[in-house]
Amino acid sequence: MSATGQRATETPSPARRSSPERSGAAAPAAAPPAPAAVIARPGRLRFVGRVNPVTRLAAAMVLTTPLLLTVDWVSAAVALVVQLVLFAFAGVTPGLLMRRTWPILIAAPIAGVSMLLYGEPSGTVYAEFWLARITDGSIELAIAVTIRVLAIGLPAVLLFLDVDPTDLADGLAQVWRLPSRFVLGALAGARLVGLFVEDWRAMGLSRRARGIGDHGALRRFATMAFALLVLAIRRGSKLATAMEARGFGSDHPRTWARPSTVGWPDAVLVLLALAIAAIAIGAAIAAGTFHPVWS
Amino acid sequence: MPERFGSRPAGVEARGWGWRHAGRIRWAVDGIDLRVHAGERVLVAGPSGSGKSTFLHALAGVHGGAEEGESRGTLLVDGVEPSAARGRAGLVLQDPDSQVILARVGDDVAFGCENLGVTREEIWPRVGLALEAVGLDVPLDRSTSALSGGQKQRLALAGALAMRPGLLLLDEPTANLDPHGVAEVRDAVGRVLDATGATLVVVEHRLDVWLELVTRLVVFGRDGRLVADGVPDQVLRDHSTALLEAGVWVPGAPAEVEAARPPRTTTAVLSAEHLAIGREPGALVQSGLDLDLPEAASTVLTGPNGVGKSTLALTMGGLLHPIAGRLAASPGLARGLAPEPIRWRSKQLLTRIGTVFQEPEHQFVARTVRDEVGVAVRALGRLDAAAASRVDEVLQRLRLDALAEANPFTLSGGEQRRLTVASALVAQPDVMILDEPTFGQDRVTWTELVRLLRELVDDGTTVLSVTHDAAFLAALGDRHLELTASSGVGRRAA
Repeated sequence: MSATGQRATETPSPARRSSPERSGAAAPAAAPPAPAAVIARPGRLRFVGRVNPVTRLAAAMVLTTPLLLTVDWVSAAVALVVQLVLFAFAGVTPGLLMRRTWPILIAAPIAGVSMLLYGEPSGTVYAEFWLARITDGSIELAIAVTIRVLAIGLPAVLLFLDVDPTDLADGLAQVWRLPSRFVLGALAGARLVGLFVEDWRAMGLSRRARGIGDHGALRRFATMAFALLVLAIRRGSKLATAMEARGFGSDHPRTWARPSTVGWPDAVLVLLALAIAAIAIGAAIAAGTFHPVWS
Repeated sequence: MPERFGSRPAGVEARGWGWRHAGRIRWAVDGIDLRVHAGERVLVAGPSGSGKSTFLHALAGVHGGAEEGESRGTLLVDGVEPSAARGRAGLVLQDPDSQVILARVGDDVAFGCENLGVTREEIWPRVGLALEAVGLDVPLDRSTSALSGGQKQRLALAGALAMRPGLLLLDEPTANLDPHGVAEVRDAVGRVLDATGATLVVVEHRLDVWLELVTRLVVFGRDGRLVADGVPDQVLRDHSTALLEAGVWVPGAPAEVEAARPPRTTTAVLSAEHLAIGREPGALVQSGLDLDLPEAASTVLTGPNGVGKSTLALTMGGLLHPIAGRLAASPGLARGLAPEPIRWRSKQLLTRIGTVFQEPEHQFVARTVRDEVGVAVRALGRLDAAAASRVDEVLQRLRLDALAEANPFTLSGGEQRRLTVASALVAQPDVMILDEPTFGQDRVTWTELVRLLRELVDDGTTVLSVTHDAAFLAALGDRHLELTASSGVGRRAA
């Protein structure tokens, strides 16, 4: 820990120290610069980086919900192509795409293969073994499902590529007006997860030291899970005390040190999401492949 | 300077005040009559469980409603109930990890101001001043999890300070820190008091840390009532026996234990050659370490935070794989097994090397203290009467027999530490490894532990302890290993 402590006087990152966006009256000249909710950070996306995290959440929902309603390949393919072009403009390089979305890139073809083998058979049968049957119908379904997983998964990941949990919480509380107690409680609690990972590791080592590390993995897991729960409750109540000591949780109106606002980039992103969804569904209807899940 | 912080010191008044935790019969604190004038600096000492922290939390107004307990008598901050004096008191607690609230330094300091409804234009200047006052010179966007323990405590202090409190309440803020961290925090508090003129109430059982800074010493007794109250020098003179009995570390009265003595033999039970260590293969913290543990002697491992002391202890204990190099047990320790402890089975390790972890709660697996001590015995398959009496013997030796049916998680810090030692001891390992065994221990439990370890060594056990504690080193450093960031390990005999 102190290794990092020794480096405490590093030069501040210019990004975070950049001029803050302030609302209302002018700040005193002597004020140290404040981190604003929306600031340039290395590696962030063009345009998308200026959009409030909550708007990105909304855009992801607007974009993906219609795609969940139909299972044809045209709508998914159209949506995917438009998305990839737009993300490329926003600065998503193929390398970045690979690095950040590889779980989806792997999951999509796996979902496709299972459809290929077990999807509802129709048309010509190309191969058949036991329960698996590859037919015209299952091939089409496999392609549709693979593209669909990509079209839904990629924007969900890419839109949240550089979202900071604190900024998201600021947006949820200030823009969407969710209760601040709930939002900040969840934010502070989520920070404890890192400590739980350490706890878990130490508990595993201690089981070995205590002579009960050889057998009974299931039982060991159960006792460790219980011990972690006890630790979590204790840490949680200590954190609650610390938060309360700083005036959290009263009925007094709260202010926000970091402004979280929405502007035209937010409107543009939501409109883009709507447009992509409309074009995708429209293309499917025009091509005659529209196939709603309820039919 | 005080006007820069715009706060006015607060006064405290307690009249016959007491607090009882929900579901308990005994009052944790009772009959407290105390008047603290604005700007006074008060050190509160007393045995663990005497209700010092309870009193402090009540002053901070963080005791909940009826579901947490009940109070009687009167407790006032600036003439009003603490809960009505929001923002007048700032509280810093013991555990550095549990009081970091947000992910970035600046946001964390701003948190209290936001809750008090301070305008945004005023918050950021306050954050800057608070960080400056505690000497935490890091960027506002520095990740709070990247801070050291001492830095985290100074961050908590800055968070309290930014709220401009008239009363600063510190609950053993340095108990979990290394000596460097202790000095960091104490100096920061001194600067803050000079800058704000705030009233201070600090709870601590190591008096020497705070004596220079305070103007008054108040002592709580075991029954939760005040024993002494006055100018520090006077109280130390008149009540030194009571203080020592209460487990308080009184300056000039070191613990009565024997000094370390050179190892009797140079035979090594465990030796490392060109050892490279890390929690996982990618996380190397030290490499090229050559060291050994002399048989039937106590070795103490010291070094700054983050240098890899705990990792080395876990590796020596056969719990972590060496990343490179070799760790070998002597034939006498291996007793027919492969020389590398990491290759032993858990059950084989048990009777050879016992490890006591830094955080007692990480190693509890049973529901009662007796079962906890019995874990090793059951793992070895010894279920006879001799084994049962062995458990009783160890419980008695560590004064845990009265607590045998208690849940380990409900014990105090000192009791938990004794329990973890007992659970390792019961398997009679040849080597005992202890990580920070004296963190947060009062003088009484400290003395017990040091004497017990010395007895073990006299009986032929090899002991390795990781510590920051200079007194512990003086008593048990038969061999002193010092781990440094640059040059690996240096060794000295007592």
